[in-house]
Amino acid sequence: MSDLSVLELKGLGLSIGGARIINDVSFSVPQGQMLGLIGPNGAGKTTLFNLISGLMMPTEGEILLRGKSLSKQSIEARSRAGIGRTFQTSSLFPGLSAFENVRLAAQVKIGGEISLFKFPTRKDEASILTKQCLDEVGLAQSQHETLAGVLSHGDRRKLEIAMLLAMDPSVILLDEPMAGVASADVPGLVEVIRGVHSSGRTVLMVEHHIEIVLGLVDKVAVLHHGELLALDEPSKVMANETVQSAYLGEKP
Amino acid sequence: MNFLSEIFKRRGLIVGPLLVAAMAVLPLIDFELPGIFPGPSSNPGTLQILALALLIGSLALSYHLLLGVAGLLSFGHALYFAIGTYGLAILLRQTDIALLPAMLIVGLVGLVVAAVLGRISLQVSGIAFAMVTLAFAQAGSVLIRRNSEITNGEEGLPINTANVPDYLVGVVNTKNLFWLALVIAVIAFLLVTWFEKSRAGHVVAATRENELRVRVLGIRPTRVKILAVVSAGVIATVAGMVYFVLQSTASPANISADLTLTLLVIVVLGGVGSRWGALIGGVIYMILDQRLTSLARAPELKELPEFLYIPLSEPLFLLGSIFILVVLFLPGGFAGLAKRFRTGKRAKLKELA
Amino acid sequence: MSDVILLLMTGLGLGALYFLIAGGLSLIYGLMGVLNFAHGSFLTVGAIAGWEISKLLGGDSWGVLLISMVVGALVGAVVATATELLLIRPLYLRHIEQALITVGLSLASVALFEGIWGVDPNYVSRPPWLIEVTKIAGALVPNDRFLLIGSAVLVLFGMLAFLRYTRFGLIIRAGVENRAMVQALGIDVRRAFTLVFAIGGAVAGFGGVLASQYFGYVSPHLGGNLLIFAFIVTIIGGLGSLVGAAIASVLVAVLQQFANFYLGGTGDLVIVVLLIVVLLTRPTGLLGKRAH
Repeated sequence: MSDLSVLELKGLGLSIGGARIINDVSFSVPQGQMLGLIGPNGAGKTTLFNLISGLMMPTEGEILLRGKSLSKQSIEARSRAGIGRTFQTSSLFPGLSAFENVRLAAQVKIGGEISLFKFPTRKDEASILTKQCLDEVGLAQSQHETLAGVLSHGDRRKLEIAMLLAMDPSVILLDEPMAGVASADVPGLVEVIRGVHSSGRTVLMVEHHIEIVLGLVDKVAVLHHGELLALDEPSKVMANETVQSAYLGEKP
Repeated sequence: MNFLSEIFKRRGLIVGPLLVAAMAVLPLIDFELPGIFPGPSSNPGTLQILALALLIGSLALSYHLLLGVAGLLSFGHALYFAIGTYGLAILLRQTDIALLPAMLIVGLVGLVVAAVLGRISLQVSGIAFAMVTLAFAQAGSVLIRRNSEITNGEEGLPINTANVPDYLVGVVNTKNLFWLALVIAVIAFLLVTWFEKSRAGHVVAATRENELRVRVLGIRPTRVKILAVVSAGVIATVAGMVYFVLQSTASPANISADLTLTLLVIVVLGGVGSRWGALIGGVIYMILDQRLTSLARAPELKELPEFLYIPLSEPLFLLGSIFILVVLFLPGGFAGLAKRFRTGKRAKLKELA
Repeated sequence: MSDVILLLMTGLGLGALYFLIAGGLSLIYGLMGVLNFAHGSFLTVGAIAGWEISKLLGGDSWGVLLISMVVGALVGAVVATATELLLIRPLYLRHIEQALITVGLSLASVALFEGIWGVDPNYVSRPPWLIEVTKIAGALVPNDRFLLIGSAVLVLFGMLAFLRYTRFGLIIRAGVENRAMVQALGIDVRRAFTLVFAIGGAVAGFGGVLASQYFGYVSPHLGGNLLIFAFIVTIIGGLGSLVGAAIASVLVAVLQQFANFYLGGTGDLVIVVLLIVVLLTRPTGLLGKRAH
């Protein structure tokens, strides 16, 4: 392991009832890198995210965050350790306002007890951080008090990213951030993600829009039937013959 | 204090205190509301009904904390109400402890029971949670019915007033109990408001909306959910204790599944998520419940044909039917209706301007 | 020994009643995701209808009992079908609201029964044989137990045969497993919804007449009192499983009888503890397939 790697997977595997869903996946992601994860449907991309964030437990191998093993930790513990993620279908608190959504994440970051005797105010540290994050993703001021459930798909995605920014995790996992977003909103969202990366954060992204992935990331990993086929710079991966036959051959 | 202004900004800051003040003077004046009050408002009979209504309103508020705020569907909340009524009844009968310390002890019992049972029942969620809470309340009901040497079984346990201060005993002092009930309702309302506005309340609301997401943010949701269960349990216990002093009897009906279901109905009718809806819904229900039975004996009503007279004299029939209609046609309950009315009006005003 | 046999037969008889409510309850939940609080009222209305018709016909002959069973089942089916069509269907797939509606219906219907028939029990007439006892290995077993057990077994096998051998049965079984898939095949699963309500209502109404024979009276709370145990049975057996409901009915009722006799009247408490243990260790119940 290089000293600079933030996240490292070592021989990660998952079997369910004899079926191998993930098979011996190993790679490491250095500080500040954006890694794109591609592969056909059912390749195990989201499963890999679930293993890293703790929604599923691996049957083999290890997950290291800055050298410390996360494999046995609960979802909450991993989030606190520095894993932040979004979900394929946007996953917010629809009945809370956009501001409240992000404030919750900011609360965790700022710390302080979640108790009956503390009241969120508009001037405390968490609220200031919340505002910063909402501004960073470019969610208009007028939207801050809107219920998350009635925002447009594009704005919901931005809101999710704002929540991640507030948590300030060591590693950000983006699970298909463009899914369901109107095509007019895509360029704006791409810029938000580019901004997140350029500020030096480490990002893993699963995305079906290949051209978007290739334009954004530093490295691409290709998953196929739960195995890691290749991991390299985008241009080299696209030239790789195994990848072409396994994945790009199926490209619609 | 800073947070107070955060909590009670806007309307509530004016309407609330006004309402409380208006209620508080009722025992001193002869305000009449024919058909709703059995007599002038200084009449002990009227005050008794109003006090009961305020306590059921408080109980409904505590249920609102579970269902409306935390999104927990409990079928056993009456258990904590009964801990209040029976706990105090048994302490006053079996020991020489004075009223106030006895109430403290019973409140503490409610807190501990809620914490322990909450910890167990929150292992599961959804319908399974509803069933476990139903089972706990059922177990409590069995204990009360079976141990009749302590609880006096089906008859109910009458109050032993030896250690109750004189100003809370007897018909002439109903006004003091009314004020006590008013204080309980105000405290319950403030506590629930407090809970909702606190950081814990914020996390509980988020957990109701999306539990997995809360965990992915790095927060353990179980702790705040237990906090909600315990707070609701303690409020229900306190309401139960005063209800017992007012009614002079702890009865098995205090723990029946019907009582919890009635609370559920009240909270949904008032509009899930609405504090005022829960409180006012509880008050209106109890007044209806107390008055319909006597109204049903009114000679004018007796002359109605049987198919009208029978349903109209059954409060639960009316409540159940209204409830069905509201669920079918009025999502958001009456609070939702009021809100729509207000925003509709405001929109119209804007159009005119 | 004679104690054991008497307790066992009484437990089986009571278990038969539990099953007659829990069977329909479990099917409805399994297929539609609706927790039906009004199911106790289906039983009560069947019992009342059976009692009224037996008063009308007079006498305590087997013929009258048979007619009142049929009437009870029919009335239960009609009321349940109406409930589904008028109250449940408009809230299609909104499970919480659907459950709330049935809560309202149960409150309103019990209050209505009280208003019309009064709160006190109304005693029913029974064929003389049912009040007599039969001696089994030294135990004097009241004959009504045999009627209950026999009827419940017939109903169980009838329902199982229906589920196994008919087109609708297949749709219901498939729907319990995966409702979305059934709809994706182009089948209007809502007709199956109405059907399970009708079946559940018929079985509960039939059970109502049997319950009035077992307890000797009809009262507005007949169904509600049994419903709580039926809920417990349904959860322990596994929501959606008919066989699970049958096994759990017997288990719960027999355990209840034995605990009441040998553990100083703690039957209900033992059942509640059993429910909690099952929920915490195996939340899907004994034969439940999926968690909701």
